[in-house]
Amino acid sequence: MTDLTNLTISDALKGLDAKDFTAVELTQAHIDAGEAAKGLNAYITETPELAIEQAKASDARRAAGKAGALDGIPLAIKDLFCTDGVQTTAASHILEGFVPQYESTVTANLFADGAVMLGKANLDEFAMGSANTTSYFGNVINPWTREDGKDLVPGGSSGGSAAAVAARIAMGATGTDTGGSIRQPAAFCGISGIKPTYGRCSRWGTVAFASSLDQAGTFARSVEDNALLLQSMSGFDPKDSTSADIAVPDFAGALTGDVKGLRVGIPKEYKVEGMPAEIEKLWEDGIAMLKDAGAQIVDISLPHTKYALPTYYIIAPAECSSNLARYDGVRFGQRVEGEDLNEMYSKTRAEGFGDEVKRRIMIGTYALSAGYYDAYYIKAQKVRRLIAQDFDKAYEQCDVILTPTAPSAAFAIGENEGDPIKMYLNDVFTVPASLAGLPGMSIPTGLDANGLPLGMQILGKAWDEETVFRTAFALEKAANFTALPQSIVRQAA
Amino acid sequence: MAKLIQGESGEWEIVIGMEVHAQVIANSKLFSGASTQFGAKPNSQVSLVDAAMPGMLPVLNEFVVEQAIKTGLGINSVINNTSVFARKNYFYADLPQGYQISQFDQPIVGEGVIEIDLEDGTTKDIRVERLHLEQDAGKSMHDQHPTKSFVDLNRSGCALMEIVSYPDIRGPEEAAAYISKLRMILRYLGTCDGNMDEGSMRADVNISVRHPGDELGTRAEIKNVNSVKAIQQAIDFEVARQIELIEDGGTVVQETRLWDPVKMETRSMRSKEEAHDYRYFPDPDLLPLHVSNDQIESIRATLPELPDQKKHRFIGDYGLGVYDASVLIAEQARADYYESVIPDGANDNDAKLAANWVINELLGILKKNETPLSQSPVSAESLAGLITLIKDDTISGKIAKDVFAEMYATGKDAETIVEEKGLKQVTDTGAIEAIVDEVIAENQGQVEAYRSGKDKLFGFFVGQVMKKSQGKANPGVVNSLLKEKL
Repeated sequence: MTDLTNLTISDALKGLDAKDFTAVELTQAHIDAGEAAKGLNAYITETPELAIEQAKASDARRAAGKAGALDGIPLAIKDLFCTDGVQTTAASHILEGFVPQYESTVTANLFADGAVMLGKANLDEFAMGSANTTSYFGNVINPWTREDGKDLVPGGSSGGSAAAVAARIAMGATGTDTGGSIRQPAAFCGISGIKPTYGRCSRWGTVAFASSLDQAGTFARSVEDNALLLQSMSGFDPKDSTSADIAVPDFAGALTGDVKGLRVGIPKEYKVEGMPAEIEKLWEDGIAMLKDAGAQIVDISLPHTKYALPTYYIIAPAECSSNLARYDGVRFGQRVEGEDLNEMYSKTRAEGFGDEVKRRIMIGTYALSAGYYDAYYIKAQKVRRLIAQDFDKAYEQCDVILTPTAPSAAFAIGENEGDPIKMYLNDVFTVPASLAGLPGMSIPTGLDANGLPLGMQILGKAWDEETVFRTAFALEKAANFTALPQSIVRQAA
Repeated sequence: MAKLIQGESGEWEIVIGMEVHAQVIANSKLFSGASTQFGAKPNSQVSLVDAAMPGMLPVLNEFVVEQAIKTGLGINSVINNTSVFARKNYFYADLPQGYQISQFDQPIVGEGVIEIDLEDGTTKDIRVERLHLEQDAGKSMHDQHPTKSFVDLNRSGCALMEIVSYPDIRGPEEAAAYISKLRMILRYLGTCDGNMDEGSMRADVNISVRHPGDELGTRAEIKNVNSVKAIQQAIDFEVARQIELIEDGGTVVQETRLWDPVKMETRSMRSKEEAHDYRYFPDPDLLPLHVSNDQIESIRATLPELPDQKKHRFIGDYGLGVYDASVLIAEQARADYYESVIPDGANDNDAKLAANWVINELLGILKKNETPLSQSPVSAESLAGLITLIKDDTISGKIAKDVFAEMYATGKDAETIVEEKGLKQVTDTGAIEAIVDEVIAENQGQVEAYRSGKDKLFGFFVGQVMKKSQGKANPGVVNSLLKEKL
């Protein structure tokens, strides 16, 4: 860790403005740190040459007084965002070697504001997973370690993005969140991350997993940095029919620190059976912090919460089974030849997709099949509506909702592998808001007995990321989370 | 006038429903900005969306929606305020997304009706069940390489309207009348060019047979029928096949059959085991489509006069017969041509005269020369000129035919030709009287015979006078002078 890699984005922007260092120096520091932390496997593709080139251009812009809002800030880009001229794999063998000739709207927005790309961050294959263990390019290792020395997962699916930001090998990162893929890895890696309202960021150019749930978001080491990144990424895109033509507010401007009178909802249904005592304690601490800051605590009920996971695991696989049909070996990506078209399809897809992706394609295909469609997909859509109505009702009584982000701290690689259902339970607190399309943010507020970070989740009303940011900022201040991953601490020492 | 077929077990009724795929006239595709021009180089009109590249999203072409609404209104249908695009999932090399975006249980257009014209001059209503929008697939080419198939994605993503009729059609004649009327309406509306040979209009024909009064029989769906004639031939074959099958103790299987225009037969296309489960579900990349009543009404206001309205107006306003009216409205350009030919201040007789000239003379010679109306050497304006000359007795109908032939050959207008060739009808009584006197003087024998009661000889005298005047004498004047002098 160098001084430069430990800066927040907002401080780095000040330093660049004050000519304390150049974008090239800032970028090079992160490239070097990335070299040293290669063992984490946070990136699938590193783009150091491109990064330096972008940093030089950034320095020139700043010298000319034309610096953008994120000019010179080196970021990790989840390898689900298509990047013009840079391999984009979705962590799948089937897309290995695929180089898009177009730039996703989200990354184009970031680059337009001057951001620098360090590389394409590792993830679960097609964003399907909660531990970043399903990537064809190997699992990602959490920079935090436990006393038993076992490698821990960074969470998923945006595990590479979260690990890179936590390990100080990127100042911030893009992620995507379908059922918790930003919030859970943010919690596991001791950083903050936000999934905005569905429709806030364009999905154009982002490899689709489940279209009605996928939403781009950010990782960073402070609430303010998340606000800066999300500001740049957000906005209406006529190329995405589900992106909302709604003005993007000034997110950083919402960070007033004032939560007096804010009504914070505590959903009783999230007190799940068997919740570890330390998670419960974390939650109580969080409630106390906001209360001390002047917020009003309100008990609320989200009665359909227990149906959220099964609902999610019908809808997301159903959409994925259709979305992934285009990976057929005909036009791009991997192809395994066969005797005829059908054999080419089955060989290509059998070899190209990993087990978790195949499992979800099969679940989804089954759920959409004639004779099962009504019982599964239609039923799930109805429950989804009920879950959204739960939130609508709850928000009559409160402005934000506070819950733990995940039911545990990061676990060791392999610990939850045998049982997919146990793995799916990681998303129990994050999935309901995804189904309702609501914004959610995770910020680190404490450590467990093993010294691993734990996160609190703040959920907001649709299009009200400002209040989410405002609450998160207050909680961040109160929690004063300063712990660092052990590897960073060792380097510093 | 349902066509019944006599079988061994009694009379059979033919029951037909049609699914017509009509490519929407639009500059760009249903969900992408790529061009829809026919006949371009393979894969030259393919956007990232059409090729289903990772992360690409469909954006609905609003003009296509207007075209679909226009068509729905043109076939007297209900326009649904809310419709939903759904994915129809199946794998094929020319279907890049692995699904076709279509409309399933919530189409943009609901029930309607198309009036068809039968040969005996009667009409019949065929009910339409729905019209929905969907993407076309690309084209697979299996004959370009010994072991590989090639794919052309130019057509991939083009907008189609699928127009589904109820099983109200009762035989090949009605089927032909249905497809012809539908095509005529689409062309009037400018929503589909109706070119079946270019594939921009394709029909699937669902055929079953039953004894009159029985429940509907099991249907077979016939694909690849690419002309009105092929539709009739395929129906004839398929009906005979089904009747023979049933009367031999067999049962009709619900299946898709392909029309083979060379062998003139239908044959089974795919077996039951390969039957697709399309796993339809609402496309999460697209929001439900909402159309307000105001939008619908503003589109309704742009509708042109449709074939049936025009036909009824021609019959009512111009006193035309059903046949003449039907011929004239068959194409909008033809109807427009006809209306510009009718002279100002015309009465029914003039309008009929104009209809006769357009149908019998103009369309006749155009057909003989295989020339489309748009390239006619005789413009509507100049044919109107000719008719005016007939109407004001400048030339006789007989001379007019010669003038018309000259007009067609030279492109000159009628007045010029009449002037140049001195074909003006003689109405000067003095001049005609001189000829009449001459004829009487030269034919004393016939005069005697006529006067002694052979009335029929009157025609002979008229003929002689006309001949001497080279056809230019006004027949009315000739008649009255002859009567007076004989």
